[in-house]
Amino acid sequence: MLWDALTLQLGYNATLVAIGATLLGISAGVTGTFLFLRKRALVSDAISHATLPGVCIGFMLLVALGGDGRNLLGLLAGSAASAWVGLLCMNWLTRHTRLAEDAAIGAVLSVFFGFGIVLLTVIQTMGVGRQAGLEGFLLGSTAGMLWTDALIIALGGAATLLLVMIIRRPMTMVAFDPEYAAAQGLPVHRIDLAMMGLVMAVTVVGLKIVGLILIVALLIIPPVTARFWSQRSERVVLLAGLAGGLAGYLGAALSASAPNLPTGPIIVLVSFGFFALSLLFAPVRGVLAAVLRHLRFQRRVHIRQGLLALAQGQQIYEPLTLRLLRRSGLVRADGVATDTGKARAAKALRDEKRWEVVRSDLAHEATAALYDGLRDIETVLTRDQIAEIDRQIGGPQGVPA
Amino acid sequence: MLSLAAHQGVSIAEQNTEDRPLAIRGLTVSYGQKPAVFSVDMTVQPGAMTAIIGPNGAGKSTLLKAALGIVKPLSGQVSVFGAPLEKQRARIAYVPQRASVDWDFPTRVIDVVLMGLSRQLGLLGRIRGRHMARAMECLNRVGMHDFANRQIGQLSGGQQQRVFLARALAQDADLYLLDEPFAGVDAATEKAIIGVLKSLKQDGKTVVVVHHDLATVTDYFDHVFLINTRKVAEGPVADAFTAETLQSAYGGRLATAQIDQISRALG
Amino acid sequence: MSGEEFVPLSLTPLLIGTFAAIACALPGNFLVLRKQALIGDAISHVVLPGIVVAFILTGAISTWPMMLGAAGAAILAVIMIEAVRRLGQIEAGAAMGVVFTTMFAAGVLLLEQTDTSSVHLDVEHALYGNLESLIWLDATGWASVLDPEALAGLPPELPRIALTMLGVSLFVWLFWRPLKISTFDEGFARTVGIRTGVLGMALVITAAIAAVAAFDAVGSIIVIAMFICPPAAARMMTNRLETQIGWSVAFAILSAVTGYVLAGYGPLWLGAADAVSAAGMIATMSGLILAGAAIWGPCRTRAGAPSAS
Repeated sequence: MLWDALTLQLGYNATLVAIGATLLGISAGVTGTFLFLRKRALVSDAISHATLPGVCIGFMLLVALGGDGRNLLGLLAGSAASAWVGLLCMNWLTRHTRLAEDAAIGAVLSVFFGFGIVLLTVIQTMGVGRQAGLEGFLLGSTAGMLWTDALIIALGGAATLLLVMIIRRPMTMVAFDPEYAAAQGLPVHRIDLAMMGLVMAVTVVGLKIVGLILIVALLIIPPVTARFWSQRSERVVLLAGLAGGLAGYLGAALSASAPNLPTGPIIVLVSFGFFALSLLFAPVRGVLAAVLRHLRFQRRVHIRQGLLALAQGQQIYEPLTLRLLRRSGLVRADGVATDTGKARAAKALRDEKRWEVVRSDLAHEATAALYDGLRDIETVLTRDQIAEIDRQIGGPQGVPA
Repeated sequence: MLSLAAHQGVSIAEQNTEDRPLAIRGLTVSYGQKPAVFSVDMTVQPGAMTAIIGPNGAGKSTLLKAALGIVKPLSGQVSVFGAPLEKQRARIAYVPQRASVDWDFPTRVIDVVLMGLSRQLGLLGRIRGRHMARAMECLNRVGMHDFANRQIGQLSGGQQQRVFLARALAQDADLYLLDEPFAGVDAATEKAIIGVLKSLKQDGKTVVVVHHDLATVTDYFDHVFLINTRKVAEGPVADAFTAETLQSAYGGRLATAQIDQISRALG
Repeated sequence: MSGEEFVPLSLTPLLIGTFAAIACALPGNFLVLRKQALIGDAISHVVLPGIVVAFILTGAISTWPMMLGAAGAAILAVIMIEAVRRLGQIEAGAAMGVVFTTMFAAGVLLLEQTDTSSVHLDVEHALYGNLESLIWLDATGWASVLDPEALAGLPPELPRIALTMLGVSLFVWLFWRPLKISTFDEGFARTVGIRTGVLGMALVITAAIAAVAAFDAVGSIIVIAMFICPPAAARMMTNRLETQIGWSVAFAILSAVTGYVLAGYGPLWLGAADAVSAAGMIATMSGLILAGAAIWGPCRTRAGAPSAS
């Protein structure tokens, strides 16, 4: 069953949903990356919640004009309009009042959504019996998706993607350093608005599949996931698109393979699965790697500090330092240095002296910047350079017992 | 130049160091994989005015924050008047960098100074006339009494710094730690602050200041602590603030002309 | 309107709405100042999985397990956000976005997997509650307020939210000084011995309890609006925290009362037959109040100087 779903053999509707969800995942991942890099990830939450009044007003207008209230294009146009108004409100609040962005986001999100709920109840009392579809915009509903719906989603997703690719350079620059970008003559405010506009487009396109509450997940989780795997913004963009697209595809397929598996939540959960794996196991930024690195680092610091204390005949108080020294065979159980310990301690102290020379000498400025208290001097200087420094310090000194 | 003082057997907190306002032993603090402060020992002399100096990113503020328990060290010990930091909170006052707070916060100058009395007031103690009088007195000492009812965001940078100092004065501590109090302030504020610090010294208080302006070190301070990730030198200005120690702390970053100028000033 | 009609039908929903608004607005002041306003948003989203899990575990719609489930989910979410933020070195907003959307999705999925057809448990209810239904049928008029027999028939949500409001007020009153100091200057707060980490967590948990109790009565949409809008509007009225708290409570009450009245009677005045969502209308009113404060508030600009209009 799952295999059938993955190979798009579960029928017409499931295939449409899978293709739509993949495209949506890619464009949401790519677009969301810029938002994330600009540290404004949750702006998407305000934008998505602000679509609700527009959906309702669109519906009411369509009915009032005698049309079918469920025309997807009409509803999406309405949602885009109100999301844009919400976005402008948010921008105005942060630029012209003392409110910080988080408060502005929360205010727009809750008020627009609340107003949308008011309108939903108005529609319920309008006696039009056709409003059932509107609740679907909260959580998405892929059942009974039409070919035209899928087409709209596909075209919308592709268009968004194209636009992102066109303005990705200025968006990256603004995200990285807005002040520098402004100094370069880039219209930062307008680029920000364009970025928000793209987010809005993705949101609107995604309403049908994942709904307005969960579209936020597709805009945030894939970029955060991708960030674990690369330090370069272009790669993060690509990886986020990949993670988003894959989550969309797998999620849609999974959801088609069994009953009672709603598409939106499954896509989000698959996406979170990728995130959790990355958080734990990514090679450099992952938790596991970081923990190992920290333990190793802590060990090096303590041993180094312990050796320096030994070299100067100081008592060592830190229990961890003592334990590490003992385990490395550098001190005996009674805290007295072993022969290896003495040798290593003398070397550490001498290295410190050498570093002191390096750090106070203008000629070694680049090398001096590498000093972190731990680095062996042989790794940064040639044998000749060290010999020269040793001449300045004088001959090797004994280690006090 | 490494500390060669040997301490046998007991940890610094247990030694009879009541007369040492601040003693730090083997302190290492690291942000990520590079230590900001590495294995630093520091002993602050009672009743002295000590400047912590060193190049940008040398760990000056980090040292202070670790001494105050604001950042957690990787290793090392801190004792304040011979006891662990937590037991001596009442005897320390701290003046943070001005940039560390939200100046748009809805509060008045006098309210900020009253924060310095929070230990006295406890959770629910009422602010009484004598507390107000004490806060006003502290504002007076920094020349800010006319601004008591202003919103803090309406002050200039120098005035904000003086309010921070007034808050520290209200704490009535024995050890005052200041993080770059002279950074970006006007001449009047600098004069006011140094006046207050000198009067604190006269009252027998101990003052430690993270300082960046080498030209004023000899005028303002009697002790220095030079740091560049490691301790470079420590002691009375005449001994520890020399062309050699500066060269050693600043390396290539300090122009030779500057060092010459300072060493001439030092005689 | 006569007491005979008002007391049974409108008094309790009005009080519940008002108490909920105050309970959220009080901690909201500190959340907004700490730039953690969206914690309220995150908390109100994760209430859904909390109650669904409680329902699955107990098999029934009963209040206490659901409140516990919701509170548990809120605390779990806060811990997860902190963990993701620290472990992954991810900016707080993105960390929140990852956690609350995932938990919400899990809640929806669980709901779909569970047979809830026999009980009233759905996403819509979680979002916008059912304030209008919290009526007091045993009341016959104002005299019932003193009648023990009628009081026994009060909707249980009322004493619950009243108690929550008292608890939240007590927390803010008791920890006023440390809350204020640590919100303004965390580093300094630590040097005077305030345990800022614990206090920050206590604030978030208080907010979570307020959110859960309010959510039970009025749905999560009011919760987010009340966490943010009244404090944000109050922020533009004054430069003193004490006064700001006062304004925020006043704005919270004003939104609750006008929102409820407009939702119930507004459509009638406009000639329509049915009321609209009270929760939605209360959120809308709080937004209008915020807009008013943002346009005319005496202290609306950032510099802190009262602007001359």
